[in-house]
Amino acid sequence: MSNHDHTAGHDAHEHGEGMDKKGIWKIFFILLALTALEFFIALALVHKGILAKGALVNTIYIVLTLVKAYYIVAYFMHLKFEKSGFIITCGIVFIFIIYFIILMLTEGHFLLSAFQTHEIFPNN
Amino acid sequence: MSTTVSELDKVKAGPWSGGKSPWNMEYGKIMMWFFLVSDAFTFSAFLIYYGAQRFSHITWPDPDKIFQSIPFVAEHGYPLVFVGIMTFILIMSSVTMVLAVEAGHRNSKNEVVKWMLWTILGGLCFIGCQAIEWSHLHHAGFWFGTTPATGLEGDAIKEALQPYFTHDISQTSALQFANLFFTITGFHGFHVTCGIVLNIIILFMTMNNTFEKRGTYLMIEKVGLYWHFVDLVWVFVFTFFYLI
Repeated sequence: MSNHDHTAGHDAHEHGEGMDKKGIWKIFFILLALTALEFFIALALVHKGILAKGALVNTIYIVLTLVKAYYIVAYFMHLKFEKSGFIITCGIVFIFIIYFIILMLTEGHFLLSAFQTHEIFPNN
Repeated sequence: MSTTVSELDKVKAGPWSGGKSPWNMEYGKIMMWFFLVSDAFTFSAFLIYYGAQRFSHITWPDPDKIFQSIPFVAEHGYPLVFVGIMTFILIMSSVTMVLAVEAGHRNSKNEVVKWMLWTILGGLCFIGCQAIEWSHLHHAGFWFGTTPATGLEGDAIKEALQPYFTHDISQTSALQFANLFFTITGFHGFHVTCGIVLNIIILFMTMNNTFEKRGTYLMIEKVGLYWHFVDLVWVFVFTFFYLI
């Protein structure tokens, strides 16, 4: 049994070139650059008043976050080098999360107007 | 006597008929992935609720005004700097974890030990920073169910909350912010703590030659998956609490 595990682990590694030290540091610098870009937008643009806080800046932040998440999951967690069947199995369930985001944000948006017309909270 | 083999008795060779492992992954690693997917659901639910709360309030505390101190350096005026240090520490410890996994592929015990030590150190630094951040907010008056305005009346509420808002002031949104901040970063911190414990366990197993005898350092990879997931969650927490 342990012998089998050994080959399984080894095959997966050989199958997709995997990550050598150079590749790991490359991904690190990509992540660092993306984080630095986020800080640049926050401190040099938004804080100085060049860009206003709002939908545009938030969209940029979320896109940068998703790109960072992609690099962590694909390369650090090695998912990119697994079998496509496994990638789909782990990834497809996030359809529910996307649905949940749409659902809850719509709900929040509705509550915003509902709270304004029916004051139930003190100091709202 | 017939020599033809019936369809049922044929040796199955395809990946989805039992011939070979379709995913070519070890069982424990698959289960770690499924656990992480379910954990991602929990964190998603927390963060989506945070989003729903923000959408349902006219005003929300400004993170630039709440998080603007660097402990032991400056009390005010430096938004994002301290959390930037924390983010850097966690990304760095993620890198040392991949380096440990990579060393494990080469069966290089000493390198695994070296990189695991760095990873544990990074995790401890992160938890330490988070403890400082928590105690800072706690001193300011934020906690589960309390804001700086708790127990105050009339204009004193406005005065207590004024420093944390840019536009209108709302006690309810300040309270929701405090609750969600401590719940979500607390749950994340709990995961980091678990990760450090797991890292220490596999460090001792490595030093004990357990993986050497087993012939594979696959356990480093499985715990590594968990550790990267913790880093991944922080990427999202950082965006939604500190940037937006």
